[in-house]
Amino acid sequence: MNLIKTTYNRRSFLKNSVLTGGGMMLGFSWLASCQTEATETAMTMPEEWFDINAYLKIGDNGVVTIYSPNPEFGQNVMTSMPMIVAEELDVDWKKVIVEQAPFNAKAYPRQFTGGSQGIRRSFDGLRMAGGAARHLLRQAASDMWQVPFEQVTTKEGVLYHKPSGKSIGYGEVASAAAKLEVPEEVQLKEVKDYKIIGSSRKNVKGKDIVTGKPIFGIDYQQEGMLIAMIAHPPAFGLKLKSVDDSAAKVMPGIKDVFTIKTYKDDFEKNLFDTNAFPEMVAIVGETTWQVMNAKKALNIEWEPIEDKTETLNIFGNKRPVHVPAGLENTTDHIAMMKEAAAKPAEELRKDGDPETAFQNAAKVIERTYSAPYLAHNCMEPMNFFAHVQGNKIKLAGPTQAPEFMEATVAARMDVPIENIEIELTRMGGGFGRRAYGHHMTEAALISQKVGAPVKLMYTREDDMTFGIYRPTYTITYRAGLDENNNLIAFHVKGGGVPEHPVFANRFPAGAVDNYLAEGWKIDSNITIGAFRAPRSNFTAGAEQSFLDEVAELAGKDPFDFRLELLEKAKTQTVGRNNDYNPDRYKEVLKLLREKSNWDQSPEGVHRGVSAYFCHNSYAAHVLDIRIDNGKPVVDKVCCVVDCGIVINPDAAANMAEGAIIDGIGNAFFGSMTFKDGQPQKKNFDTYRMIRMSEAPKNIEVHFVQNEKSPTGLGEPPFPPIFGAIANALYKATGKRPYDQPFLSEGEMLG
Amino acid sequence: MAIFNLKINGNTQEVDVDPATPVLWVLRDHLQLSGTKYGCGIGQCGACTIHLDGVAMRSCSLPVSQVGDQAITTIEGLSDDGSHPLQKAWVTHDVPQCGYCQAGQIMSAAALLKNVPNPSDEEIEASMNGNICRCGTYLRIKAAIKTAANS
Repeated sequence: MNLIKTTYNRRSFLKNSVLTGGGMMLGFSWLASCQTEATETAMTMPEEWFDINAYLKIGDNGVVTIYSPNPEFGQNVMTSMPMIVAEELDVDWKKVIVEQAPFNAKAYPRQFTGGSQGIRRSFDGLRMAGGAARHLLRQAASDMWQVPFEQVTTKEGVLYHKPSGKSIGYGEVASAAAKLEVPEEVQLKEVKDYKIIGSSRKNVKGKDIVTGKPIFGIDYQQEGMLIAMIAHPPAFGLKLKSVDDSAAKVMPGIKDVFTIKTYKDDFEKNLFDTNAFPEMVAIVGETTWQVMNAKKALNIEWEPIEDKTETLNIFGNKRPVHVPAGLENTTDHIAMMKEAAAKPAEELRKDGDPETAFQNAAKVIERTYSAPYLAHNCMEPMNFFAHVQGNKIKLAGPTQAPEFMEATVAARMDVPIENIEIELTRMGGGFGRRAYGHHMTEAALISQKVGAPVKLMYTREDDMTFGIYRPTYTITYRAGLDENNNLIAFHVKGGGVPEHPVFANRFPAGAVDNYLAEGWKIDSNITIGAFRAPRSNFTAGAEQSFLDEVAELAGKDPFDFRLELLEKAKTQTVGRNNDYNPDRYKEVLKLLREKSNWDQSPEGVHRGVSAYFCHNSYAAHVLDIRIDNGKPVVDKVCCVVDCGIVINPDAAANMAEGAIIDGIGNAFFGSMTFKDGQPQKKNFDTYRMIRMSEAPKNIEVHFVQNEKSPTGLGEPPFPPIFGAIANALYKATGKRPYDQPFLSEGEMLG
Repeated sequence: MAIFNLKINGNTQEVDVDPATPVLWVLRDHLQLSGTKYGCGIGQCGACTIHLDGVAMRSCSLPVSQVGDQAITTIEGLSDDGSHPLQKAWVTHDVPQCGYCQAGQIMSAAALLKNVPNPSDEEIEASMNGNICRCGTYLRIKAAIKTAANS
């Protein structure tokens, strides 16, 4: 018996009429049925729907609508979250329709996409929603048949009373079930009984995507809607001085040109209010092309920003952030980081006596790694729809963090939070960038000024140069081996602009008697933020490259070396707060060794291994490189992940494949540089993205089979790929790459 | 402004626009055909791929004045109901992640299969390299093209 209390936001399980209004959803909900196979037969729609709770409603014919709470940006929660509800509801997946829930913080506890926490943090709530509904249906049948509740069973949308041979469909008792009290606790299924969870289901929006349906924010339309664009400073360290809009204002289709200020002077920013350009010019017109042309006709003067210190409110903790004046350069960043790395830094963790251990070591190795800024480059540029009518605001578009942005918009627009409605559209990528939603406030201000519904669109150039980038980092590792090649001392010291990338309590912390972790940082006015696996996306590659080199120095196989350290972390744990489980780490490595056939490498293949723990999951890769006409070719990647129970295996494999390809692209080519504060790449002609011919020829993804609670998947397979590439490149070329990107401008993969 | 009669997805549509307007924005803003996506505006990402008389074109860099009598096909016109072999193969292989680039990918692939019914890996790569997928679904795209080619 697997009982679970329904105390997890009980309000979510009460009826909420707001959620059932079809008008709030984007259209095409009928096409979002889970029967995505080409052979599908039309689903008969019910004549009447009964609201069971905020997550689902049941039609009189047994068709079920499940609302997917979290914003969807390609991680496929819109399929996997409803699968969890459907599992506990015990319904035939073919009779399920999925709709995106609107933003509603009262009904759904965590409508945030980020940190690979969607499934992990919602697993209980989603199971409870389905389980509570199933309980009510059983109760309704039990009342109707006058039989004990325990004797009412379910199977795929049908209720049974076996002793009497009675049965009835969910749809026929849904009306009665909807009137019953929500139970205090409900019975959930055992993992072994899962039928939907763990079996692959197609993306519920697959057909809409391949037929070009208007499901993205940029596709949003409303009668009378105008198009808006912004002109922002061309460089970090500059702000708006004046604008001459006389030529632009008289161009065809242009309604208005004006300046906007995204925050009030006394506004206290939260973690997702990162924004280097709070003052900008807005251009509004009838069509995109007209507005694009008018934007080019603006004559804007910019001036330097002043040095300032902002207060950042991070979930109630206030922190000062120094934003220096000046126009920054990548060459200066590199020189400043070199200088800072040589100075004393903040001690983050110390075990044993590292200084003495290094003095006594038989061998000492030290290596330094670096990586540049990265732009997110979501394929759908930033955009948002806003319609301000008096003190009511309708917003619609792609956002990872509606709850945080709602508060920001409310503060700027002087309206109560209840007056803001946010419709969540599918996002054309996010990767962290869409956790930051300055453009939502911009859209609202523009709509208010012109008194019309407005869709604010960023051009690709706006998107790439108004970045909230992955920071640039550098990290130095030092290891000491004794005469028996045991790792006796380890030192990691890392920094960056404007944050350091060191995770002091991660592997190999806990496995080395004498350990020191230090961090330093350099202030900057270039905005940075979350980018798929923040900090880990650099640290994993550096750490795993270094461990490969240490293993080589110790004369050990890289798998053996890691497994020895993990065994030590388990049996002779050093220090406290080590944030990984050595057993799960080892399990992943062992399975990878077996699946990749590591001990029998094929002829002509150069292999690198890398493993990492982040976002509560374990991921490891073996990457194979061949040299073809003198150029490296990534032939194959074998990937093993432990993220607990896998909800939708084929979609999960897709996510891991994507993370691997994303990682290979960023490792080889990814880079944003700055000159006089200006981003040096503005579009895809200069910002190189991985393309099909550069992707591995083959990727194999394996999941560790266990019954542990599900954890994240969007981020974990991404960081370790950088190390696997570096280690395979070394085997292939004899040279270890230390600085990303691994290929210089114009260099090609084979 | 000038009037253009465009052959789009088997119909003729009249639009009154600046002759320099890229076909992408004519489709999206004037004809509510928003399946064709804006990605870069300079023909580098392929999200805006359409067919002009069966040939894959980047609609973001194609002024409407250059279309003339040539027939435009967009993702909405590739089939009536998602039944084109590529659309079916895309669903079978569960290709999309975010899905934003996929209409452009499918249009590029459809033009390829028209010319080369059974493309090799190298031919697929050469012809699909102009389409960026930021989510990294390239292997599934390749597999789906092969499935469609064999169907």
